[in-house]
Amino acid sequence: MNGSDIAAIFQGAIVTITLSFVGILIGLPIGLGLALIRWANVPVAAGIVTLYVSMLRATPLVTLLLLLFFALPNIGIPMNPISAAILGLVMSTSAFNCEVWRSALMNFPKDQYEAAQSVGMRAGQRFRRIVLPQIVRVSLPGLVNEMSLLIKVTPVLAVVGVVDITRAAVRIGAQTYEPLPPFLVAIALYVPIVFALVSLQRWIERRQAVAEALA
Amino acid sequence: MIRDFGIVWSERSLLLSGLANTAILSTVSAVVALLLGFVVTPALMSKQPVVSGIARVFVDGMRCVPFLLFAYIIYYGLPSLGLRLDNWTSGLAALTIYNAAYMAEILRGAWVVQPREPIEAGVAFGFSGLRLFRSIILPPLLLSAGPVIGNQMIQIIKDSAFLTIIALPELTHAASSIQSRHYIPFAAFITAVFLYWGLCLVIEAGVSSIGRVADARR
Repeated sequence: MNGSDIAAIFQGAIVTITLSFVGILIGLPIGLGLALIRWANVPVAAGIVTLYVSMLRATPLVTLLLLLFFALPNIGIPMNPISAAILGLVMSTSAFNCEVWRSALMNFPKDQYEAAQSVGMRAGQRFRRIVLPQIVRVSLPGLVNEMSLLIKVTPVLAVVGVVDITRAAVRIGAQTYEPLPPFLVAIALYVPIVFALVSLQRWIERRQAVAEALA
Repeated sequence: MIRDFGIVWSERSLLLSGLANTAILSTVSAVVALLLGFVVTPALMSKQPVVSGIARVFVDGMRCVPFLLFAYIIYYGLPSLGLRLDNWTSGLAALTIYNAAYMAEILRGAWVVQPREPIEAGVAFGFSGLRLFRSIILPPLLLSAGPVIGNQMIQIIKDSAFLTIIALPELTHAASSIQSRHYIPFAAFITAVFLYWGLCLVIEAGVSSIGRVADARR
């Protein structure tokens, strides 16, 4: 393994990080939307969301990716590895985010909501000014945990042909007949990213515990 | 479309053996990982800084490494160190070792919040060693950790799908080979998705019945 091989793995890292970031960025609001549909008990839609979340949470990302990558072109939706990767990540992370958001919504004190109603705030205002700031705080540790889980499943994207950290490492291993060093480089790239997120989650939890103890 | 599902139905024996392999892989590694967890958890909480330090590095390390890379290292990486395992052994070893770290952390979390009184009472009644552990400590520990262990089992089932890349004939691998033989991607993979969903619903039902037992004991 030489310098250009390591550079190739780093290039893969940029792809991995970009895709994770895009997946998180799109998955967060979609998860919130799904949670709101269930929370507001929208007829029919709430049932569909419940089914979607239950199914997506049980589906391994590999299986989902293979399904999207091979089946969608059959019904006329063109797919390349990158779009299949983003779609798969968003679908799976939004299902998990939905559960985090929903549990925050379920625990939201009803009296605050009624107080906002009684001072004449409209539904949109109530949600934006009263509900959202508080559920973001409560959901934060769960959402960060979900981000670290998402990054940990990204090596699967290599299966549909995305040239990420893992695929770059596999390719170098196959060329040099020395698979161990590129995999170790790949792990050395993953560990600090995931560790940073895990530490961030612990830090937020500790800070909130301290704030609660003071209150 | 109906025809495609007909083809999947004609290949049902392949799919069912994949499902059985997924179930066997997940069950065996979950049970062994839980047992290993019982070894790692006391090490995590050990007063010896060296022992608890090593256990901490193992647990945190596993929680930061993606499972697929870990499986790759065991299957493709270890042979360069002279240790060559077949795909079943590597797959089982990877799933088990990886999840032992998670199980240890789950058990530690459940242990920390357990009340001390029943254990002290047990000691006062002359329980000690293995008997104290088996009849006083273990039952409430497992009941309170039950739901989280159930979640981890679902995670293990999903992780086992990654092992398709080392050609282990589990459910996703079976669906892949049906899709490549007949070119019916939607029918093949959606059937696999439904089977995974079924497996997870079985576990969720098991967890909620454990929860009922726990409530009845309370």
